[in-house]
Amino acid sequence: MNTALELKNVSKSFGLVKANKNINLAVEAGSIHGIIGENGAGKSTLMNIIYGMHRADSGEIHFGGQKVDVRSSADAIEHGIGMVHQHFMLVPTFTVLENVMLGTEGGLMLRDGRGAALERLLHLSETYNLQVDPHALVSDLNVGQRQRVEIIKALKGGAKVLILDEPTGVLTPQEADQLFEILKVLRDDGVSVLLITHKLSEIMDITDTVSIMRQGEMVGHRKTSETSPQELAELMVGREVLLEVDRKPAKPAEVRFSAKNLGYTNAQGVVELEDINFEVRSGEILGVAGVSGNGQTQLMETLAGMRHLTSGSLNILGTEVTAADQTDPRIIRDLGVGHIPEDRHTHGLVLNFEARENMILGFQDTELAGSGKLFDYKTIQQNCEDKMAHYDVRPPNPRLNAKNFSGGNQQKIVIAREFSANPGVLLVGQPTRGVDVGAIEFIHKQLLELRDAGCAILLVSVELDEIMSLSDRIMVLCGGQNVGIIDSADADRQTLGLMMAGQRQEAAA
Amino acid sequence: MSTPTPPLPRWADLILLPIINLFAAFFICGLIVLAIGENPIEALGVMIKGAFVYSGGLGYTLFYTTNYVFTGLAVALAFHCKMFNIGGEGQALIGGLGAALASFSLGVYLPAPLAIPLAVLGAFIAGGIWGVIPGYLQAKRGSHIVITTIMFNFLAASLMVYLLAGPMLEAGQQSPQTAKLAESTLLPKMADMLRPLGFDITSSPLNASFLIALGAMAVFYVLVWHTRLGFNIRSVGQNQEAAHYAGINVARTIIITMAISGGFAGLLATNEILGFNHKVVLNFTAGYGFTGIAVALMGRNHPIGIFLAALLFGALTQGGGELDFEFQSITREMVLLIQGMIILFSGALAYMFNPPLARMIAKFVAPKDPANG
Ligand SMILES: Nc1ncnc2c1ncn2[C@@H]1O[C@H](COP(=O)(O)OP(=O)(O)OP(=O)(O)O)[C@@H](O)[C@H]1O
Ligand SMILES: [Mg+2]
Repeated sequence: MNTALELKNVSKSFGLVKANKNINLAVEAGSIHGIIGENGAGKSTLMNIIYGMHRADSGEIHFGGQKVDVRSSADAIEHGIGMVHQHFMLVPTFTVLENVMLGTEGGLMLRDGRGAALERLLHLSETYNLQVDPHALVSDLNVGQRQRVEIIKALKGGAKVLILDEPTGVLTPQEADQLFEILKVLRDDGVSVLLITHKLSEIMDITDTVSIMRQGEMVGHRKTSETSPQELAELMVGREVLLEVDRKPAKPAEVRFSAKNLGYTNAQGVVELEDINFEVRSGEILGVAGVSGNGQTQLMETLAGMRHLTSGSLNILGTEVTAADQTDPRIIRDLGVGHIPEDRHTHGLVLNFEARENMILGFQDTELAGSGKLFDYKTIQQNCEDKMAHYDVRPPNPRLNAKNFSGGNQQKIVIAREFSANPGVLLVGQPTRGVDVGAIEFIHKQLLELRDAGCAILLVSVELDEIMSLSDRIMVLCGGQNVGIIDSADADRQTLGLMMAGQRQEAAA
Repeated sequence: MSTPTPPLPRWADLILLPIINLFAAFFICGLIVLAIGENPIEALGVMIKGAFVYSGGLGYTLFYTTNYVFTGLAVALAFHCKMFNIGGEGQALIGGLGAALASFSLGVYLPAPLAIPLAVLGAFIAGGIWGVIPGYLQAKRGSHIVITTIMFNFLAASLMVYLLAGPMLEAGQQSPQTAKLAESTLLPKMADMLRPLGFDITSSPLNASFLIALGAMAVFYVLVWHTRLGFNIRSVGQNQEAAHYAGINVARTIIITMAISGGFAGLLATNEILGFNHKVVLNFTAGYGFTGIAVALMGRNHPIGIFLAALLFGALTQGGGELDFEFQSITREMVLLIQGMIILFSGALAYMFNPPLARMIAKFVAPKDPANG
């Protein structure tokens, strides 16, 4: 056995939060090593320590059998460590090649750097099947392609260890499969891959070994072939976890939310939604399935008032909204619609605001912010403390800026805010993106509780499993059009797959 | 980002770092004074005495401070909404026009308790109008606020030259200025206000506008951190898309922010016009609008910080004049040099001393907070 990377007793605190406590970890050369753990368990912190972005308070890092001192990411790269961050760090207005060259431009006229980089890039994309056009602008690439550029960047210095922090969170299932093919080739070439993910199925499918973290500690290492998703989930959370959703049949009542011939054409004149019709009743969940980029985002944002519908009409809890009404999110919210946006960093949170300020974002005009003219910080603080306790946000510190929470806990802040407003209609986008299994269980339970309390819920998710297990009925979008709405009892992967490819319901059924 | 820097404790970030930056700036200036053959310690002594000790010195210092507070607040409020308001200069000029119009039209008929608030309001509203137009153009038309506010500085300057040399020129006057404002709209001198209370201070230009500045600081604080509008302003400034999602009207927030920002700048006229010149003169803003950017930057967009930064710049303005008197080879321009150095060190290079300082503090603090076991 040949150890590529070893951590000994690594610890790291942020103020009072002990993010990593005496972590020991050995990563074999030429293997895919999964790291799992709850939100805030300290996974990203540990990876950032390896990559030199954080400095451990104590402990040692051994690389290739030798103790090394990683003081910066430049050091890490020199030692052969590469990292792909969850949030990409590419220059959108540069080409792929220019992005890969960053940091190793070589000379005033860039000639040496460009030639060498191109050669290296072509070599890498050939060996590892990382297909991407070196001369394309990064802003023209889709998420999966951008990720490949990040991987090439990470590998260009001859990395022996590649760290991927939740790489599949933003990918479609197809893109994720392509990524895993690439990782396998890398492994066979002797590279060690450290993979963080919340999806146990991915851990089971692709890793060789897996390490489990809980509340800053390493609680176990397993050979993937000798463990099960159930065991991993329990190790992570410290209790038994329900991996399947327990959904009772819906008792749909009156129609609360409907769209008639809804259309949206963007400023460039591209038709993004066309002739969408649906109804959501009180007490039911309508799932929206589709390959990413087929209008789900536009649909959510149009329904939430963030874009103006250009044709057709909506009926929201009895109020008619047409293209002539210049809606905005305020109007829609005031009608009683809650909205969990798909992208929490862009829409759901102000990262530089404290958690308690984020907890009233969108509700700043209500008594959550105080009943008088001025903000009442006692109320605001109390509101945040209550919701953090109820939704188990960690750390439960209302004064911490949103950006200092782990990804999953950021999501819980958004969920806590929108769920507890008790909306009549709820628009939910990617509710469990980047959220740990324990929290997924919790969020799913809460969603169903809201449903049973009479809320009309529209759910968009890239996870087909999530759609199938939560929805009562499923609407499939393809190319901005409604392919059909089917009962979730009749929905299986194959039927949905065909519909997502554009086959009408009648033909598919 | 590539070097792991431990986060700086709050107290060090807010107090120690600015002091170190200041020392660095003064140190470089000291070297320059040395190079031109004077004693830097002596020069510093003269400046401090001129600004705080000599009779009336403190009054002058606080008079200048008042100006910097107004323009600093104007820039800072816009910063909170991520707007770069470079138009403080023009907004202040138009504020002077507003104060004068209020004074000439209504002030003459009213007693001071009514006339003064009216004139102050005139300055605020006129400055606000000069801020709201670029704000509107930014919010609705996408014209960049930096460009438009600079243009509006020129517009304001030309307009004032035209008015002061033409329609508003005092009859029989040779230099471009208005007649004296209505007596009832003039702000009392601080020395005159304090005398009945038993404090006898040397008369200086310091006037009641200083109190308006303190009031403006309080209003700023409450507005930004304790009102719904302030929450909206900060949301738009931090993340426009999240603000939109949260139902905040982004365009309207930008427009309102620029109106209030311009209003703060306009209040500078209460100090210079209502409190000191007692008539509108040409170029009474003298660059305060621009220095306000540095004041806001140094003051971290917080009223307390802005006051301290304004006090520093006020003291430099006053003490610098003293330097000019006392030393043959040092001129007023030395003050500009010092100002420049301060802006350089606490603005552009603000975080130069951050990493080494943070590492040093981390070393001292670490043993108290033992790495967990
Ligand atoms: N810069 C920071 N300042 C303060 N606390 C921090 C900072 N970065 C991380 N933390 C805290 O450290 C803990 C570990 O965070 P980390 O991001 O490593 O979690 P994670 O395991 O990656 O979680 P997730 O799965 O949600 O991404 C959390 O409690 C987090 O709030
Ligand atoms: Mg993480």
